Amino acid sequence: MPIFIDRRLNPKDKSLSNRQRFLKRAREELKRSIRDHVRTGRIAEVDREHAVPMPRKGTSEPNFSDARDSGQRQHILPGNKSFSPGDLIPKPGGGGAGSSAPGTTQSEDDFRFVLSREEVLDLFFEDLELPDMVKLNLKQILSFKPRRAGFTASGAPTNVNVGRTMRNSHGRRIALRRPKQAELDAISTQIAELESKPPNQAIRERIAALREEVERLERRRRRIAYVDPVDIRFNRFDPQPVPNASAVMFCLMDVSGSMGEREKDLAKRFFVLLHLFLTRRYERTDIVFIRHTHEAKEVDEHTFFYHTESGGTVVSTALEEMHRIIEQRYPVAEWNIYAAQASDGDNFATDSERCIELLDRKLMRLCQYFAYVEIIDERESHIFGSTENGTSLWRAYNAVDGKWPNFQMRRIAAPADIYPVFRELFARQPALRKSA
Amino acid sequence: MVSQARKSELLFSGSDWDFAKLSRVYDEIEAIGVEELHLDIYPVQMEVISSEQMLDAYSSVGMPLMYRHWSFGKHFLYNELLYRKGARGLAYELVINSNPCIVYLMEENTMALQALVTAHAALGHNHFFKNNHLFRQWTDAGGILSYLDFAKGYIARCEERHGLQAVEAVLDAAHALMEQGVFRYHRPPKLSSEQQREGLRERLEYEERSYNDLWRTLPPAQDKNKPEAGDESLAERKKSLKLPEENLLYFLEKNSLVLEPWQREIIRIVRVIAQYFYPQRQTQVMNEGCATFVHYTLMNMLFDRGRISEGAMLEILRNHSNVVFQPAYDDPRYSGINPYALGLGMMQDIQRISTEPTAEDRDWFPDIAGRGDWRDTLLDAWANHRDESFIRQYLSPALIRKWRLFVLADGADEPHYEVASIHNERGYSKVRSALARSYDVGASRPDIQVVDVDLLGDRHLRLQHKVKDGIQLEDESRDATLRHIRSLWGYDVSLAAMDAETGAVLSERSTKEL
Repeated sequence: MPIFIDRRLNPKDKSLSNRQRFLKRAREELKRSIRDHVRTGRIAEVDREHAVPMPRKGTSEPNFSDARDSGQRQHILPGNKSFSPGDLIPKPGGGGAGSSAPGTTQSEDDFRFVLSREEVLDLFFEDLELPDMVKLNLKQILSFKPRRAGFTASGAPTNVNVGRTMRNSHGRRIALRRPKQAELDAISTQIAELESKPPNQAIRERIAALREEVERLERRRRRIAYVDPVDIRFNRFDPQPVPNASAVMFCLMDVSGSMGEREKDLAKRFFVLLHLFLTRRYERTDIVFIRHTHEAKEVDEHTFFYHTESGGTVVSTALEEMHRIIEQRYPVAEWNIYAAQASDGDNFATDSERCIELLDRKLMRLCQYFAYVEIIDERESHIFGSTENGTSLWRAYNAVDGKWPNFQMRRIAAPADIYPVFRELFARQPALRKSA
Repeated sequence: MVSQARKSELLFSGSDWDFAKLSRVYDEIEAIGVEELHLDIYPVQMEVISSEQMLDAYSSVGMPLMYRHWSFGKHFLYNELLYRKGARGLAYELVINSNPCIVYLMEENTMALQALVTAHAALGHNHFFKNNHLFRQWTDAGGILSYLDFAKGYIARCEERHGLQAVEAVLDAAHALMEQGVFRYHRPPKLSSEQQREGLRERLEYEERSYNDLWRTLPPAQDKNKPEAGDESLAERKKSLKLPEENLLYFLEKNSLVLEPWQREIIRIVRVIAQYFYPQRQTQVMNEGCATFVHYTLMNMLFDRGRISEGAMLEILRNHSNVVFQPAYDDPRYSGINPYALGLGMMQDIQRISTEPTAEDRDWFPDIAGRGDWRDTLLDAWANHRDESFIRQYLSPALIRKWRLFVLADGADEPHYEVASIHNERGYSKVRSALARSYDVGASRPDIQVVDVDLLGDRHLRLQHKVKDGIQLEDESRDATLRHIRSLWGYDVSLAAMDAETGAVLSERSTKEL
């Protein structure tokens, strides 16, 4: 009979670390291929598994192998149907690389393999982070979290450390020679033994002596407690300052009539990317979605991305709504506040003035970072390219941009711009100041 | 007969398996295998694993223990992809040449398949591993698992001490030379035991600790100081380094001037593993043929004795015929000659020649035709042959006709393939020797040797590639490999391509040009 071993419950993924080593090695190439893919495809597709081609650089395994296109060789094949010796068969592919007929299989370097969603996002969002997160923390009030820090002699009963306590009690009992139960038992059996014998003087005396001894021991046991208050130890907890990393991101999107299908699509893609980035990178980030026409409304994620609604444009309503929400729910002292706004820049001149005022007076003081993304026509992109000219909102925001280092604005004309712009806005260590 | 009739109850029914059934089936199969086929096997250890674990095992070249390296991750991805796409099924079993012989069974297999796998791996492969001369002489079944355990631990410790990158660099380079890291002609030394390795390592560490540069400045001992530098002839130099040397890894490990002790040990590990797998590469057809022949024969015997139900037998046969399916060369499914099919075909052919030979067989195989002792013939073949010699000796004209084998001559410069020989009277022996040659691992791999190095001069390492039939090396991969050798050797390396027949030097490539 053979030995059987059931290995099904053994850990799987024995090769996981090998897989990670491989991905690390191919990191740069994989990153590029994912980004290319996303630039051309749909942004929302980032959030899923990806098939990527086998990276070549850095992961080839060279060895001395025969070149296929040199020399004389022989192939032995089964299943001859009509050939006789001396027959000539033209090589496929114009006789160039005589390869395809005799047993060529797909080589390992030509296949595409699947990266999990996690791996894709990790590669995709590498080197990005919310700007200035740390800096603000230093100024922030810190919150505290209890952390284990040794033992103490006083504390709440819930924190009693039983192990420590019993260890102390044991030591004390040994030091003070507290009689053990076993000793008492031994004497009791001795007494019982003596009592079972025929009584005489010597035995009676011996019994009396033993009883006295028992008495003495028990008194001693009563005096020296099994567990004494001096033994008791409590777990000590130290309040440990925890950097406050709670952040909220406001997503403001213009859905007014002037935003066509294309503009809305680009804006949405930008926000999808932002959404993915935040949920991926930060465990605890609140996201507030605000969409506005001539009036602004806080909506949920689904409505934000998929609901269709239209109307006029009053941008300031969105900023007001944002301000209201901050006052209500996100005290500046506790929250890092970020905002990203997307619009086509169409706005009443008077309202643009109001926007400047709102930003300047209120919001920019509260916000850690404010990013404005303007969706422009592809035809306009080369006109506006890098000039300060532009839509009413763009010109208005330009003034803000000059005053506040934590304000950034960019233009997007085509889907391909989204990721680069996104990177610029959220690159680690951003160049905060640009010439006004 | 009576006892057989009494015993004629089914070994199992239904498709679910449990350990009691597995054990019953194994005992029965082992008994019948030993009794009817005279198999001689290592004790068996069966391990039940899931499909993910099977994929894991695949990527670490089928071994239960392996050190970590990114290339295994790459192979894992590749296998996983093929499996997920359904392009390739997983093997039902995996068997390891160790003592006790470890057989992996997939948990998903039905009971009928487990029986098949037991006969295939636990009996067939196991017998082959224990008896074939290549495995007996060149691998150490008892020591391999403990050696791999040591290798894994050692490399992990190196990674901790010297950093992942440094270790990876050595492993990359050593992996590139794995093909050239085996002794083909003389037998490798036996794996040292645990204690010896421990002692060796301690000595190395002691040397590292107690190294004193002062000793180097002492004048050399008087009695040995011959005037070495100037007139040492080439021949002497080669002799002192035991050149030419076919085992590049061995040469680098022993002679490189730039390697640290731990780097040498890593090269040694790669070399030992390459050597361990060398016999497997030479006996693919025989090994699979032996296992397939054994499972086919044993399953039929069990069925004949009424121990396996018709339903289970049907399932077994279906799987069996999938395994031994050989499409013709023009079939889209064709991907080379199926070693299972060729091995089984030849072994059944030997059985046929032995029991009911034709006149032709008597002509070709006077030793075995009609003698009826096919068991002994097969046992002898399994013990004493490798693929090349087995085919050269036993491929019969009848089988060549049945397979309709033909030989295609392929000159790189010709626009045509030429049909050189086919399955006819004039072609039999040519087809046979061409097929045998194609299984000769020693001949079909590039022959590269260290031919010279001037250790007292510029330390330029010279390699030589014997070009057979004008088959050159692939440029890009050759250059990359040379770079790897340079990193291990520390000085320039050049590779000269020399025609095997004429001795003319065709080309030379040096790392200076890279």
